[in-house]
Amino acid sequence: MKNRRLASLSAYPYVVWMAIFVVIPLVLVVFYAFTNDAGQFTTANFNEMGSYTMVFVRSLVLSAAATAVCLILGYPVAYVLAKESAGFQRIALMLLMLPMWINFLLRTYAWMSILENTGLLNTLFSDIGLIALVNKIGSALSSSYVPIDHFQMINTQGAVILGMVYNYLPFMIMPIHSVIVKIDRATIEAAQDLGADDVTVFRKVIFPLSLPGVLSGITMVFVPSVSTFILSKLLGGGTTMLLGDLIELQFMGGAYNPHLGSAISLIMMIIVMVCMALMNRFGDGEDQAVML
Amino acid sequence: MTNKKNGFWGRFLMFLMLFFLYAPIFVLIVFSFNSSKSRSVWTGFTTDWYVKLLHNSAILNALYTTLLVSVLAAIIATIAGTFASIGLYNMRRRWREPLLQVNNIPVINADIITGVSLCILFVFLGRRLGFELGFGTLLIAHVTFNIPYVILSVMPKLRQLDNNLFEAAQDLGCTWMQAFVKVIIPEIMPGIVNGLLMAFTLSVDDFVISYFTAGSVETLSMRIYAMTKKRISPEINAISTILFVTILLLLIIINVREAQQEKAAKKRREEFKQ
Repeated sequence: MKNRRLASLSAYPYVVWMAIFVVIPLVLVVFYAFTNDAGQFTTANFNEMGSYTMVFVRSLVLSAAATAVCLILGYPVAYVLAKESAGFQRIALMLLMLPMWINFLLRTYAWMSILENTGLLNTLFSDIGLIALVNKIGSALSSSYVPIDHFQMINTQGAVILGMVYNYLPFMIMPIHSVIVKIDRATIEAAQDLGADDVTVFRKVIFPLSLPGVLSGITMVFVPSVSTFILSKLLGGGTTMLLGDLIELQFMGGAYNPHLGSAISLIMMIIVMVCMALMNRFGDGEDQAVML
Repeated sequence: MTNKKNGFWGRFLMFLMLFFLYAPIFVLIVFSFNSSKSRSVWTGFTTDWYVKLLHNSAILNALYTTLLVSVLAAIIATIAGTFASIGLYNMRRRWREPLLQVNNIPVINADIITGVSLCILFVFLGRRLGFELGFGTLLIAHVTFNIPYVILSVMPKLRQLDNNLFEAAQDLGCTWMQAFVKVIIPEIMPGIVNGLLMAFTLSVDDFVISYFTAGSVETLSMRIYAMTKKRISPEINAISTILFVTILLLLIIINVREAQQEKAAKKRREEFKQ
């Protein structure tokens, strides 16, 4: 027992490190959020945020849309994957997580070259005659129709949502899959024995039991989506500024104002904490996705 | 789960998902070998962009910084994280649980908040102590976000450890230190190595936290960001390809190691049963 006491000493340097580089920085964020340049207490930073309501709303709406798309795309995949053999699942999960390890910027950059006005998709559309077809229909319908030579895909809010979905979709699939896979076969067989058809089994047994995973997935997609920056710069053309960009602007950009930046960060921190608290309360399976 | 196998549509759905995830990366790689600057029309095969990369001093400098900071941060974080894990493991539950919660903060918090909060701390301290953001602050930031992952991979190995082993070694004449080095460390080594690889991978990959803490120093991700903001060049595709292959190799190593460890553990358990 004495040895254990002695061994526990080796954690102390790290405890000090955490205090300085994890706890104090967060305390400073709170401190900066409630003070002005002269160091006096103020709530002006929060009042100032009022002029950025649009950015808050846009961030929340786009992130919520991306989360919804991830859920719609990710749930069926997680569901069918859970039916496969263990070996198949292992490889499939690895393949799903692999792109997550490629630099975020590069994954986003890949979509830039696909969505551009002269990009791969537009070239493809014009080669198969889709753009000409649209123009023909357009001019037939209205005399004032202006022919297009490309579809506007990049620099739209849709592109930003696509970027979020592409970057965070595996975070939705992983936790849902991990709860579905754990559902006891006997439960499903019991439902079938009692006369439930496939749809009823899914609606009354599998789906309710998979809800903790769904909640984890929603959190794990929503949190990085709402805190992302540069995504909107690269895919949204800078017209769709998000919360992350707003914070960046206060620290690195021309609008240097760490107090306002801290206030916005504080709000974001609260959003993250609420999501995490919800997930810890009801969720499950978050470990897996963190560790590949 | 269910007793019914997937039909054609189930498999097809999974294929579509993988296609969605991999097609953009595939396009990126293919166009790194394209002889013109076009990112949509294939004009012929070349490796010029890779050669150009080798002569781009800004990229080489950034690569050097990235490798240096990643190697240093991974090594420091692994050593610090291992000692911290041993310490935390031996602590009373009452203290351990809250400290592990704090340890998890950088893992679950949004990267931008970790970056911004460290940026505030460094600027705050820098003004009073007279230093500027640079390689030192970048390294501290990387160590800070790496240690939690090392602890997360070492801790489970400590939990699996048989407490009697340590006492048996001492009964057989080992000093406390000898028992630690000869018994505990080899037992948790797989966790330490996985933590090291994980820390290195995360450091190489990081953009957001580096961006807020590096000052005028530039890492590879920051260089890529500067490049994507300006003109698009197939050199970025070439970097992507190199990084993709590197990460792929690292992950294969990590996974093969884990599979081997599982196999070895299973074998040991079976031998024990006999």
